[in-house]
Order: sequence, then structure tokens, then C-alpha cells
Amino acid sequence: MNAQAKFPSPYEQKAPKGAENWRDLYPYYSLFQEERRKDDEKQFWFCDAQHWPTPFRPFDTIMTDYAVKCLGQYNTRHLLVPPANGVDYRIHNGYLYLSPIAVAPEKIPERVPHFLERAGFYFQNWNKLLDNWHVKVRGVIDALEALRYEQLPDMVPKEWVFEGRGLDNTYYLMENYESALQLCYKAWQYHFEFLNLGYAAYLDFFGFCKEQFPSIPDQAIARMVQGIDVDLFRPDDELKKLAHLAVETGVDTALMSGSVEQALGAVAALPKGKQWLEAWTAAQNPWFNFTSGNGFYSSDKYWIEHLDIPLGYIRNYIVQLRKGVTIERPTAQVAAERERITKEYAELLNQEVRPVFEQKLGLARTVFPYVENHNFYIEHWSLGVFWRKMRELNRLFITAGFWSDPEGLFFLSRNEVRDALWDYCSAWAVGGAPTGPHFWPQRIAQRRKTMDALAQHRPEPALNEPPAVVTEPFTIMLWGITTDRISVWLKGPADSSRLEGMGASPGVVEGLARVIRSPDELDQIRDGEILVAPVTAPSWAPVFSKISATVTDIGGMMSHAAIVCREYGLPAVTATGSASAVIKTGQRLRVDGTAGTVEVLAN
Amino acid sequence: MGVQEGDQYVIAFEQASNRDVSLIGGKCAGLASLIAAGATVPPGFAVTTQAYLETLAARNLGSEIQTRVGAAPSNEVGAQARIASEIRELIRSEAIPGRITDAIRFGYDKLCARAGGDLPVAVRSSGTSEDMPDASFAGQGDTYLWTVGANAVVDRVRDCWASLFTARAMAYRDKHNLVHLDQAMAVGVQQMVDARAAGVAMSLDPSNGDRSKIVIESVWGLGEPLVSGLATPDYFVVDKVLLEPIKRVVASKPTELVADIANQTTVLREVEEARRNVASLTEAQIRAVARVVKAVDRSFGAPQDVEWAIDPQKTEDEGVVLLQCRPETVWSKKACSPVLSKSYAPGIEGVLSTLMAPLALRKQ
Repeated sequence: MNAQAKFPSPYEQKAPKGAENWRDLYPYYSLFQEERRKDDEKQFWFCDAQHWPTPFRPFDTIMTDYAVKCLGQYNTRHLLVPPANGVDYRIHNGYLYLSPIAVAPEKIPERVPHFLERAGFYFQNWNKLLDNWHVKVRGVIDALEALRYEQLPDMVPKEWVFEGRGLDNTYYLMENYESALQLCYKAWQYHFEFLNLGYAAYLDFFGFCKEQFPSIPDQAIARMVQGIDVDLFRPDDELKKLAHLAVETGVDTALMSGSVEQALGAVAALPKGKQWLEAWTAAQNPWFNFTSGNGFYSSDKYWIEHLDIPLGYIRNYIVQLRKGVTIERPTAQVAAERERITKEYAELLNQEVRPVFEQKLGLARTVFPYVENHNFYIEHWSLGVFWRKMRELNRLFITAGFWSDPEGLFFLSRNEVRDALWDYCSAWAVGGAPTGPHFWPQRIAQRRKTMDALAQHRPEPALNEPPAVVTEPFTIMLWGITTDRISVWLKGPADSSRLEGMGASPGVVEGLARVIRSPDELDQIRDGEILVAPVTAPSWAPVFSKISATVTDIGGMMSHAAIVCREYGLPAVTATGSASAVIKTGQRLRVDGTAGTVEVLAN
Repeated sequence: MGVQEGDQYVIAFEQASNRDVSLIGGKCAGLASLIAAGATVPPGFAVTTQAYLETLAARNLGSEIQTRVGAAPSNEVGAQARIASEIRELIRSEAIPGRITDAIRFGYDKLCARAGGDLPVAVRSSGTSEDMPDASFAGQGDTYLWTVGANAVVDRVRDCWASLFTARAMAYRDKHNLVHLDQAMAVGVQQMVDARAAGVAMSLDPSNGDRSKIVIESVWGLGEPLVSGLATPDYFVVDKVLLEPIKRVVASKPTELVADIANQTTVLREVEEARRNVASLTEAQIRAVARVVKAVDRSFGAPQDVEWAIDPQKTEDEGVVLLQCRPETVWSKKACSPVLSKSYAPGIEGVLSTLMAPLALRKQ
């Protein structure tokens, strides 16, 4: 790499037009502050557009705060991963920038025995600990579901007076807010309890394969490890089952038109309507706790609150079933391929290393289901309930006259919400009027404008001077950021008709591009098109049966787009850097998911 | 599959077996084993050693040759060459018994019937000597490319027989105390492919011995310029397990060798501008070549070095046919995995060393 090549310093970048006061949206510790410029400019920061592809609202920093902190705690404090601490972060122009923190070389040896003892315990007791993890996470979900945010009554209940409770309703309201934050925090800690170790074991197998078979495609390794019956695919499978059942019970025509209420009403009137409606209701818990985003944004739409989304997918499936198309994932084929590939690579090894291969593969396969499944239990289910509860709180504020913006709460930081809640409770107690209704509406409107201006601005892929060689294993595996990739970013796309990325799922396909920037645009996709997006979420699964390939700006071999595409047998190229900006809807593309290239063949 | 009644003079390749070396010679047996491995080779037939032996016997050529061989002074190079030439002339000038020429003509006509006209064929010596390495002896037998017409084929078969008696071959046999007349010669008659593209492939990566790769080199037209090192080929690396191309380097290919059937030869011609810098194999053809090479590698249980061509007349398998196949010799002698020196830690220790590995990079 050219030694002089570097990315801009955040300190020299102006705020995007119309977003001059964006820094007011985020906490002080998350910003590039003038007071620590010297240190911050020494570090290399890359934009995590894989998880936060668009600017996030003030309340949503709860997710960046908790995610980054909890990732770090396991490397740094629980497991003492010898060479790697956590990942530091900053918010810049509404985007999240990360910078991994290495352990000082002289400190590494003393961490080794601790790591062996602690990580060793987890690997040895993986399944037992994981069973307990599921119990713990269900506890979080149940506790979140039990939270209530109700209007304060005119009087404290009589029973409370007679039992001498000595507390009022505000105590519980505020407690429930604190509980929601703490339960979300708990979910994030659990999120990383197994994840870092899962990736480490996967990396170990990955490195072994790369040594034995130089230039083995990354996806070949992923395909040997990845699971077949993955919970993450269950929501989509449920929709397919419902589509089949609709055709079998003859309610399909009734389902095809009108709003959700109209369609369900029409189904109810049919002889076998009850049977279908029972299946529809049964599938919702837990499988409709599923977002079309990634769970990190308050704007994410969860199926259970937007039944039009799953119903729309079911309608698409019904159309395909009527055409005689097979809508099921080719699971038997994927499973058979996984065994064939594994057996053939194993046969190429000599007697000495073959047991090593089997052992490392065994460990990788033990840990990997967690890597794939945690996403459903945390991001979709736990965070889905959390966001639903926060919307309940938001409605309380609207009813109390604090603001009329239907999403007003999310333009406050979580600490400002605490203040607003106090304002509401205190005014209720003293019998006066809260300040919030005068204070918040114009501020929320102003912050909305700032957010809109930030969204018009594309983030720098990275900041400051990059390291000569990227060596941090998690950075490479989770974010797909390699020395080569950085070099491509620095050069910019030399030839806009040809993009290079990571070949994440094999195959070559030609077709028309459909550029999708947000999940709300997913209904524009036509059969056979190539999906081009900054990043995809696994919950976009239902569109994967329509498209012929996927191209993303961001993401490694284990990114969600890569996993889902391999599962669906579609070519995928990830980490192109700029495909969604360079490619236009309607252009004819050639996607090579093996070589990792995308060519624009015609406009 | 063995020899059937009436097949004593010619055997179609697909009816032959690699157990029939004494009858059809090493070269034809190699083609038979390629077919058994699931590959397609250009159609053809072997003229058996029986045909050779009966021709010698019918004209009593054996004793004639014996006499001349006996007269050759063992230390005089010029005289040996003269006698060798006389023996070759003797074989060429004698008529082949009618039943044998009929069998050869029948074999050729059957080949042509598939195409509906006289086909160009290669007529190749296929030696039977098992104790002599291919390169030093059998390879010296004559080969005649782009032969057209039944008469010409019969003549070229006889020329191949005669090529048993070059001065070099005779000197070799003398040196190794082999009896000249014990060595029988079979001849392969095989349809020529006017290849759209052709090249070589190896069922491992010759740069590092990685057995999970198939490396393909390819040029436009016939493969001879590539094999003889006169052309820079396109280069493709395919993952052997996934059968997915993982690397492509397309060369500039200003010329190509193509058939000149009227003159029973080949000509080197310029490749038009539009094709010069284009890959000489399509995606599907790369996969098809790799598929066949993998099948052959598995069938023989060892890495192979293969010559292939794209036959424009053939529709199945993307037109891929195999012309030749021999065991890869450099890496095959080593253990199958290139990484031997390294020892791997099991379990958590392995995970630890993986996490620590980037440190080594940092120190560089």
C-alpha cells in the first residue's frame, strides 16, 4: 500500500449541510472531541456500515453503546483473549466508526493461562452452558413482555393505601423504564457470551484450511461449517408453510386482496378459515418477532407489529405456488453438498493432518449454530420486545401531550427520556403542568431535520491512516476489512463498470440490478433481479426466493447476506465498498460470486 | 471387456480395455482407460498386433527381416542405418492381406459414417513393450496427423509398423538384448479434432502442490503451440471440490493453429482482433474441463497431467474431449499435503494459536 495514502481526519471534516448541530444528538463520550484529538487521530477508524448503514437517532445509541461495550467486555475482562481487547467506537456525522484495541505485547503472556482456563471451560461445556443461555434469554424476554407503561391515574389505588405500601404509581413507571434499559443491557451481554468464542473456533478451522489448501475459497470453508436447520430461517419457513396451508385449505384467494383486516376477515368466513387462522396465530409467537431491519434501529419494523409484511410475503409465495414453483429452501441438497464437500477436502489430506481437520471441524460445527442462531434470539426476539415496549412508552408521552410526533421518543437520548419521565411524574405528583409539552415538540422537529440531512450524506469508509497490514482477526472475519479492501477504498472505484468484493456465495449470474436502500423498498423487487444493497438483513429472506444474486457494499464471509445466499444457493458478492452507489437499478450485471466480481454489462 | 470373435484386427476404443496392452499397445490402452474413467476421447479404433503379426507371417517377412538383421555389423552405424531402411522399405512395399485391409477400411468407414464423409484421422504407433519406458521407445513410433481416406489410412498403418525398425529402435533393442521380432506393434486410428480451443490441465496446482485445485491452460485452435511452448495460454484455476473457477488470467493470443484439411495439414493464422484478448474457454467450458479432469484424477487415484480439446462438433460436456493423459510426477512423489512440517495444536490450544497468529504478521 502507498505509505502516504490515508483517509481524512474527522477533525477536518465539516458537518453535512443542514446537520450543523448533529453533535447535540449523541453523548459526549461517543464523539471525536477536540480535547483528545491527538490520540484519536493516531488511530485508524473504519465505518461499521454493516450494522449501522444509515444514521441513527439519539435514542438508538443505546444499541451502539451496549453492543460495542459488551463485545469488548468478553475479550478484555471475561476471557482475556491474549492479543485482542475490545473495539473502541466514535460517532461521526451520524455513522459509527470502530477501532480495535490491541493488547500491549508485554501483557499478552500473562493473559494466556487465564484465557486457556476460561475459554477452555466454555468450549468443554458448550452445549450445557448454551442450554442455560436459552433459559436466561427467555427470562429476559418474559421480563420485558411483563413491563407496562400506563398513564398515571388520578388517584393512587385504594388497596395500596390500605396495605400501607407507601409508594405511588410513578415509582413503578420509572422502575419499568430502568428495567427495560437493564434488560436490553442484559440481552446484549448474553449476545456476546458465546459469540467471540464461536468466531475464534471458526477462525481456527478457517486458518487450518487456508494452510492446507492455499487459496481455498472462503465460502468452501463456510459451507463445511454452516448449519442446516437454523432457527434464523424459521420465520421464513413458517410463511412458506402458511402459504401451502392457504392453498390446501382453499383460503388463498381470500387472502390475496385487501388490508390485513379485510383479508383475515374474508378467510374467517370460509369453511376451513378457522384452521388457517389458528396456524397464522400460532406462528406469530415467537417467529413473527422478526424485523425487516437488523434490530438496531427504532425505525425497524417487526412483523408482529406490521402483519402486512408477513402477509405480503405469504401472498408472493401463493403466487409462486400457483405457478408450480418450489418455494422450500433446498435443505436436503445443501446438507448433501455440505457432506460431499467436507468428505472430498478431507480425502485430500494426508493421514497426519486428517485427524486435526476432523477435530477442528468438529469444534467449529459445535460452536457455529450459536453464531447463526443468536441473531434470532437477541436481535429479533429480545430487541423486538424491547422496541415494542419503548413504543408503548412513546404512546404514553403522546397521550400525556409531550409531543405528537408518532416516533418522538426516539429523538431523545435514553437519559433525556429519563428526564422527560421525571418531568411527567413530578408534575403529576405536585398537581402542576409538565414542561415537556412546551420543550420537546420543536426540538424533536429540529432533530428530525438534522437526521434527514445526515441521511443524505454518505460516510467516509474509514478515517485517518490505516495500518500497513490488517491483523486483527475479528475485524477481518466480521467486517470483511482486509489490507486489500482498504487499498481499494483508498483508490476509489477506478472503473465504475467493474467492482471487486468478496466472493461470498458461489455461482455466476447475469441479470438486471435492483438497488434497495431500505427494507421499505423490498416490494419493488421483481423475479430474477439482482439485489444490490448497502447491506442486507437475514430477515429479507422472503425476497431471496425471487432474486438471482446479491451484491452488497459491506460484509464478510460470515455477514448475513453471505450466510443467507449460501443457504439459498444464490451467488453473492459482499464488501464491494460502493456497489449501491455506483450501480443503478435496471443496469444489466454479471455477478461472479466465486471470484467476487460484479460487471456492469449494459445500462 | 475383452476381444470378441471377428475383432482380431481392429477394436473400437470404447470396446477396448486397458488390460489389452499386448493386443492394442500402450497408447490405445491409455485411451481405453480414459473412457473407463468417464472421459470422452475422439472416436477411433486400434489396429491390433494380430494384424501386424499376420501380415508378417503371410508374406514370410519374419525370416526375411531376421536374415537382414543377422547381416548387420553391430559396430558400423552407417550399415545399420542402411539395413534398417531396407527393412522398413520391405514392410512398406508388401501388400497387407485382404482380410486385414478390409478390417481397417471397415473400421475407418464406420468412423466416417458417424460424420457422413471422409474424416481426417491421426494414425499413431501404439507400442506394446512393457519393459521400455514410453519416452525412450514407444514414443519413437511414427505418428501421422490429418490423414484422410481409407487408402491413405491403410498406408499409414503400414508406415507405423515399419517405424519399429528405425536404426535407433533397433540399436536400443540390441543394447537391451531384446529380440526384434518379439516386439509387436499396434496402431491407433483416431478422429482428428479441429479444436475451437485446446490446452492442458493438471489435477493439482503445480506451483505449490495443492491437490484441491485444477489448473487449466488454454489457447484458441489446436493445442500444439501451447504444448511445445510457442504460445502463451490463458490460465484458469478451479477448486477441485467445488468445481468453481477461482482465478482467471487471460493472455493475448495473436495466432492460432487450425486444420487445413484439404492439404492434410495445419496452418498458423492470425486471430482476429475481437477474439485476441478474450478467454478461450467459456465459464461452462472451464467447469466441463475441470469436471473431466477431476473424474480422471479420481479414477486413477493420483494427480494427472491431461491434454484436452473443445470439439466444435460435439454438444455434450461443452464439447470437451481428452486427447492424452499421464500421471503427474513432480508433486505426486511427495506426500499428498504440502504442509507437513507444521504441527497443529488440538482444541483450545489451537484456537489460541490462531488468535495469536496475527502477532507474527505484526512483527514483520
